[in-house]
Amino acid sequence: MAAHLPVLIVMVPLFAGLFSPMLGRLKLGIVWPLMVCALGFSTFGTIHMLAEVYRTGQPITYEFGMWPMPTGIGYRVDLLNGIVLVMIAAAGLLSAIWMLRPVARELPDAGRKSYYAIFQLCCAGFLGITITADIFNLYVFLEIASITSYVLIGMGRRRQALYAGYSYLIVGSIGATFILLGIGHLYMRMGSLAMSDILAQFQANPELYQLSDVKVAFAFFTAGLAIKMALFPLHGWQPGAYTHAPSPSSLFIASTSTKVSAYAFYRLCFSVFGTGVLLHGIEGLRPRGIPEIREVVLAMSCAAIVLGPLIAIRQGDLKRLLAYSSVGQIGYIMLGVVLLNEDGLTGGIIHFWNHAAAKGALFCVAGALVYRTGASRVADLAGLGRTSPWTGGVITVAGCSMIGVPLTAGFWSKWYLAAGALEADDVFVVPVLLASSALTAIYVWRLLQLVWFAPKDVQPPVDQEVPWSMRLPSMVLAGACLVFGLTPWSIDLARSAARALGVAS
Amino acid sequence: MILALDLLQHGPALSIGLCLIGVFGIIAARRAPNVREGISLLTAVTNFALVLWMYGRFHADPDTRIGGTLIDVVPGLEIAFKVDALGILFALVASGLWILNTLYSIGYMRAHDEHKQTRFYACFAIAIAACMGAAFSANLFSMFAFYELLTICTYPLVIHAETDDARAGAKRYVTYLLGASVCFLLPAIFLIWYASGPENSLAFTEGGLLADSTASAATLCVAFVLGVAGLAKCGVMPFHSWLPAAMVAPTPVSALLHAVAVVKMGVFGVCRMVFHVFGVDLLARLGIANVLVFAACFTIIVGSLVALVQDNLKRRLAYSTISQLSYVLLGVALLTPAAGMAGVLHIAMHAVSKITLFFAAGAIYVALHKTKVSQLDGVGRRMPITMTAFAIGSLSMIGLPPAAAAVSKWYLVEGAVDSGHWVVLAVIVVSALLNAGYFLPIVWRAFFKPVPEGESDGRKEAPWPCVVALSATAALTILLFFWPDVFAGLAAQVSGHDGGTP
Repeated sequence: MAAHLPVLIVMVPLFAGLFSPMLGRLKLGIVWPLMVCALGFSTFGTIHMLAEVYRTGQPITYEFGMWPMPTGIGYRVDLLNGIVLVMIAAAGLLSAIWMLRPVARELPDAGRKSYYAIFQLCCAGFLGITITADIFNLYVFLEIASITSYVLIGMGRRRQALYAGYSYLIVGSIGATFILLGIGHLYMRMGSLAMSDILAQFQANPELYQLSDVKVAFAFFTAGLAIKMALFPLHGWQPGAYTHAPSPSSLFIASTSTKVSAYAFYRLCFSVFGTGVLLHGIEGLRPRGIPEIREVVLAMSCAAIVLGPLIAIRQGDLKRLLAYSSVGQIGYIMLGVVLLNEDGLTGGIIHFWNHAAAKGALFCVAGALVYRTGASRVADLAGLGRTSPWTGGVITVAGCSMIGVPLTAGFWSKWYLAAGALEADDVFVVPVLLASSALTAIYVWRLLQLVWFAPKDVQPPVDQEVPWSMRLPSMVLAGACLVFGLTPWSIDLARSAARALGVAS
Repeated sequence: MILALDLLQHGPALSIGLCLIGVFGIIAARRAPNVREGISLLTAVTNFALVLWMYGRFHADPDTRIGGTLIDVVPGLEIAFKVDALGILFALVASGLWILNTLYSIGYMRAHDEHKQTRFYACFAIAIAACMGAAFSANLFSMFAFYELLTICTYPLVIHAETDDARAGAKRYVTYLLGASVCFLLPAIFLIWYASGPENSLAFTEGGLLADSTASAATLCVAFVLGVAGLAKCGVMPFHSWLPAAMVAPTPVSALLHAVAVVKMGVFGVCRMVFHVFGVDLLARLGIANVLVFAACFTIIVGSLVALVQDNLKRRLAYSTISQLSYVLLGVALLTPAAGMAGVLHIAMHAVSKITLFFAAGAIYVALHKTKVSQLDGVGRRMPITMTAFAIGSLSMIGLPPAAAAVSKWYLVEGAVDSGHWVVLAVIVVSALLNAGYFLPIVWRAFFKPVPEGESDGRKEAPWPCVVALSATAALTILLFFWPDVFAGLAAQVSGHDGGTP
């Protein structure tokens, strides 16, 4: 079975998702355990594969129906996507456990079994995007993941949820179309859809970078993925979607979806186009001072890193606040790739895990708030620490990681990104990172002040701790922020992954 | 036995662990105040014993290696400990005074019937753990981590009263300290990491980590200025205004943290920067330490001038602290062995004196509910022990024998003469006069002015734990004048002074 693990981790949640509505007709009670089992399997499968790849130093390749790769479709697991796969599967599993109680409260009964089904399809979609080694297959999974995401968001009880899901659908479809156009252009020129095959052609013949189809293809990919990952200023769909979605959806989507698109960008830069596209990609296209794509993405990332938290400070709704903070955090991940050196990439890659853990934990808190008060107003956090110290502890730890307090996970992301920036001679990035830390500190401190030091006469709106099924996943996520900050192995993994991508150290 | 010795080998980590176990004990015993305070006191005493043991080992053989790596995340950026002269000096001061301060807190907090005492004692223990960690840190990264921890865990202590004033003060406190450390100290660490050569390192090294650095002079100068500015806990102007704001905290917090632990961690950090990161020789070559000399002189004079006009006793003490801390900075920035020794020694000497003054201020507040200097007429007759202690502390602040700070000031004068900075000498003299100008009137008021009409003139001292604590620190202030050897020896070792008592 181990040989088929790459395909099983995608297919198990996919088929469990497909069968859920049928089984749910027989007995609604078995759908949730089935989902937890399916995602649990994927989680252990991905961890196993990551460990295997790390141990042997060789990527795992899986070819469908024994068709060799350029002809058939293949899956490939190396350190980079191994890390992202673990992130998706673990976030899926924890969200699945977490949603047991909130789903009953936030969704109509009739929608429950379809919600579970769609949730698993969405997980499978994200896992598929990440594991595939074929760009068209990537697009197929991207569509699966996108369409299910629209539904997960639109299922919220309030009418704004429908509107948010709909606007995400429109914007997301535009993004997906761009990506499809990119694939079309690339296929037209290269005659292949297998990533390794296209990369080999680029490496054999660097002249290809000068062709306008290639440039246009890369520009389409970048624009499409930037929309999908909500990179500033293309983030318009995202705050509404995170805010109005049911809490389990915002928990899962916020900790994975944008990062999967960011991963796709990594994959394109390193395994499809090769780093050449960033180094001297669009050179021929810029006779009259048009900036390179690398510079554009760098500027967008830096803008995101500063403006995301700046806008977050002013928000009165916790989910919206966290959404804007995510806008900033995706900037970190994209910064890692455009710095194009080992330190920068290490910073970007560990941030996949670090941000998923911290933001997941914070969305658990937001969900707890919704569970107890029915809304996610920041003001309702007042006195939370008094009535539910565990949840208060979670928001404290995760918040510190967001700021980048030393010895929490977030610190290392920033440290490596800053190191990479110095190496790449983009010194201005360092003050940008520091400013973002300071701004993040402001909004996190505002939350913590409310949680722990609310005036005595305030009656805490959250009157008691949430059930264990919700508390436990949030504590695991907060614990991860500490573990990643205190132990070397996540950094080791990311560093090896960065090294395997073959950039100058 | 062998195992015990092995464990003691990790004294610094043990000391931090001990404080943290104390925290759990304090929280566990939250329903039984006597047990809770007992645990606090026990932790303090055990911790001090442990530090003393480490001092003994270190004194017997300065080359002995106590410490080791606790958390190894990235090579060069690990949490690692090492016992050296500077660290043990700071640890002795902080852990020793914690015992007395705990005693004092018991009297003060109970007399006031303060709320949330468990949070108070728990955060206090974490703060001491952070101090121990910073004192024994073997590299800049560890120190930075504990420095930040100290800021965060003292926040609940500053906001303790949870009034609007307390909130505003705490906000300013955390903004200044976190802001400075993120915006200045972190980039400084970053530059140091890069300037330290191909084998990037942040380890504190005898003679200076950057002594052989090939980085450009401009980089090093920027790193030094950023580093000192980032250590805003040292209270150097213009990054000082968090300290008066922090005076909203209960007096035991002001006494131990905002006269000893927190602010001393700032100046301790600067000492580390000067002696063990940049190195005296490199700074002399760069000439950049003069910036610090100017800043310190400015702070000494202006701090004292502001203190002169403060009517609130704690605020006056806070500005006095700002001014006195700059003696330490001045000492190490002059870069001569005698001045360096004076600076390091002043960490200890100022600590015992200033904690005495704060204890006295708190005792007056507990017993008579007076917070202003102008209300202190005749207090000396009502609280003779407290005010005698206050007088001793004042003598020390001015630098008169027989009080502790006279010793450190003596060395500072010697160092200023050595360095040829005559202006500095003038600053020291003027500052002594200013100190006399704002402390002696208080003593005079207390002892020689009549009690205002309508007030009883019966004796009314604070609760006995407070009185015991402040008598002990006052006695220490005197004792350290006659027997400064322990601290003087350590300070001389740090700065490379050949010794010789005045």
